[in-house]
Amino acid sequence: MSSGIEAQVLQPYKYGFVTDIESETVPPGLSEDVIRLISQKKGEPAWMLEWRLRAYRNWLKMPEPHWANVQYGPIDYQAISYYAAPKQRPKLDSLEQVDPKLLETFEKLGIPIEERKRLAGVAVDAVFDSVSVATTFREELKKHGVIFCAISEAIREYPELVQQYLGSVVPYNDNFFAALNSAVFTDGSFVFVPKGVRCPMELSTYFRINAESTGQFERTLIVADEGSYVSYLEGCSAPVRDENQLHAAVVELVALDRATIKYSTIQNWYPGDEAGRGGIYNFVTKRGACRGRGSKISWTQVETGSAITWKYPGCILQGDDSIGEFYSVAVTNHRQQADTGTKMIHMGKNTRSTIVSKGISAGRGQNTYRGLVKILKGAEQARNYSQCDSMLIGDRCGAHTFPYIDVRNSTAIMEHEASTSKIGEDQIFYAKQRGLSAEDAVSMIVNGFCKEVFKELPMEFAVEAQRLLGISLEGSVG
Amino acid sequence: MTGKGKRDTRHVLLEVQNLHATVEGREILRGIDLTVRAGEVHAIMGPNGSGKSTLAQVLAGHPAYAVTAGQALYEGNDLLAMAPEARAREGVFLAFQYPVAIRGITNAYFLRSAVNALRKHRGEEELGPVEFMDALEEKLKVIGWDSSYLTRPVNEGFSGGEKKRNEILQLAVLDPKLAILDETDSGLDIDALKTVARTVDKLRRPDNATVLVTHYDRILTHIEPDVVHVLAGGRIVKSGGKELARELEEKGYDWLREEAVVA
Repeated sequence: MSSGIEAQVLQPYKYGFVTDIESETVPPGLSEDVIRLISQKKGEPAWMLEWRLRAYRNWLKMPEPHWANVQYGPIDYQAISYYAAPKQRPKLDSLEQVDPKLLETFEKLGIPIEERKRLAGVAVDAVFDSVSVATTFREELKKHGVIFCAISEAIREYPELVQQYLGSVVPYNDNFFAALNSAVFTDGSFVFVPKGVRCPMELSTYFRINAESTGQFERTLIVADEGSYVSYLEGCSAPVRDENQLHAAVVELVALDRATIKYSTIQNWYPGDEAGRGGIYNFVTKRGACRGRGSKISWTQVETGSAITWKYPGCILQGDDSIGEFYSVAVTNHRQQADTGTKMIHMGKNTRSTIVSKGISAGRGQNTYRGLVKILKGAEQARNYSQCDSMLIGDRCGAHTFPYIDVRNSTAIMEHEASTSKIGEDQIFYAKQRGLSAEDAVSMIVNGFCKEVFKELPMEFAVEAQRLLGISLEGSVG
Repeated sequence: MTGKGKRDTRHVLLEVQNLHATVEGREILRGIDLTVRAGEVHAIMGPNGSGKSTLAQVLAGHPAYAVTAGQALYEGNDLLAMAPEARAREGVFLAFQYPVAIRGITNAYFLRSAVNALRKHRGEEELGPVEFMDALEEKLKVIGWDSSYLTRPVNEGFSGGEKKRNEILQLAVLDPKLAILDETDSGLDIDALKTVARTVDKLRRPDNATVLVTHYDRILTHIEPDVVHVLAGGRIVKSGGKELARELEEKGYDWLREEAVVA
């Protein structure tokens, strides 16, 4: 396979710039004192600090997991700075007080947060290192009773809601990285959609790592009350650096009776260079609980960045008739490694889950799908459909699939389909023979491969996802 | 249509001289000479393994083949120096023997992308989906299809016959100067064959040319060729009028091989 084809799959990383802004960074190292400092900076109530400390004490006793199909050197947790914030912290209620450099940064990233430039129909929470710098359309959302704000703000303003749900899906001692996050999380978004409300716009959080030698530990909590609907999207990027930076996030979703949460991710952390130097370690725990009858949680992820990705957005299908979905495109190029997939835990009757995973490997990239479908005893008539497709570009990359199926109820219906294909000279030649450039040909083929996932993304972001894959805007429009 | 009564003054579209080509180090073409003029239909016949498809692929620029000697001029320009997509944009079309499936991309989108690549090259405005669909309607009718084929992924799940018809639809839509049809007739039932032949025949004009690569003379009863060539062992061993096709059908190819050896 010609290297020309490989080169076209991923465009060079376009978001690698550094914003020159004075920031307040806590010296590297992790201790109870650092956690107390973070909690104090955030102006948190005592219960929150207690929770963090409990998580920290648990974390100290937990071993770092190494079962994933990825390789990396030891992480020195004492060499990471756990808090970095731009100085002159802006007041959240006024954009005029936000440092223009920050506004400029987000605009450069295609996330304008200034009033006149905002994306129509999308409310954005912009997180820069450890703090949320702005949240748009808050007033508009408030009219509908929708709360959309930084989680640090929610802890102060809506403590009873946060206390009720925080850690209820991903407990503070869930796993090594989730425990670390629980101890040191700095910012992230909080969403609450009240009973029967259909959130009038897309909600979106954009995470930007800027400071050196820091980690980003964001925490997102979304609660959809009975009969409500919300579509939420997160995007992210980081500067080009030789060091590996740790990003250990936790996302918890709670859907009550007949509520629907659609959660989309376009993950574009710095992937490292061709030789595998630098890049983000993206070790993330994402989980949603379908708590009520007929609740639905749908995860869609497009993972193009990070040196290493370790994440398994899952659904706990507790309520009868609840639905879990997972649509994923994961791309690994150069030396990137991804071990990603989902967990679908069927507890309620007539619960259904759908898994569509597309892995694309190029260069020396290693792409692993790891998925668990578990049908518990009480889950009468549960159904799962899984489809795992892998595409290889070149002959030095790898695709791996580890589907785990655990069925404890004989009425379950399970379907699993898997395929591996190599992007072929013949396909490329066919398209070229019709006048298309090699670039357009590859774009078209990769885009066609990912179509089932892209069509799940909100319109505005489907375009972004295609662009990330080096795919022309028109690619998916039939 | 005209096409008969060749005159040497007629515009030469394709001039192949002493063309040698290899695949994986094996020599398949061993000195092809071929002149195709505007307005002509050439049939290239020959037994399996004689190099017919290789010739078609080499002219279109498939990367698996290496040209080791000779040249091919297309409208006086060095065809072999052009990238496959450049050849396509200049009006060279290959109807594939084994059309390729592209998952997730609709036939309509693929066709429109191809049309727009050509239009862009000619400095014309690209067509939007609606305009394009309007232009497509009549082409569809010609090959006896309804628009449901347009929303299906390119060649995915198509039967052998459907894939061949799809090639002809692309041919009709892209309207090339030089069309090379690689065994488009094989695997077609009689009705499909007639449809394909009728479409190709309709596209004949004084300013374009068709090279039909075929194993059987069946299609030649529907499309009358101006010249018939017999390819054997990587060379054109005999050329003649349409009656040569009939002769081949009756006698097979063996007598030609012997003749070639003697020659």
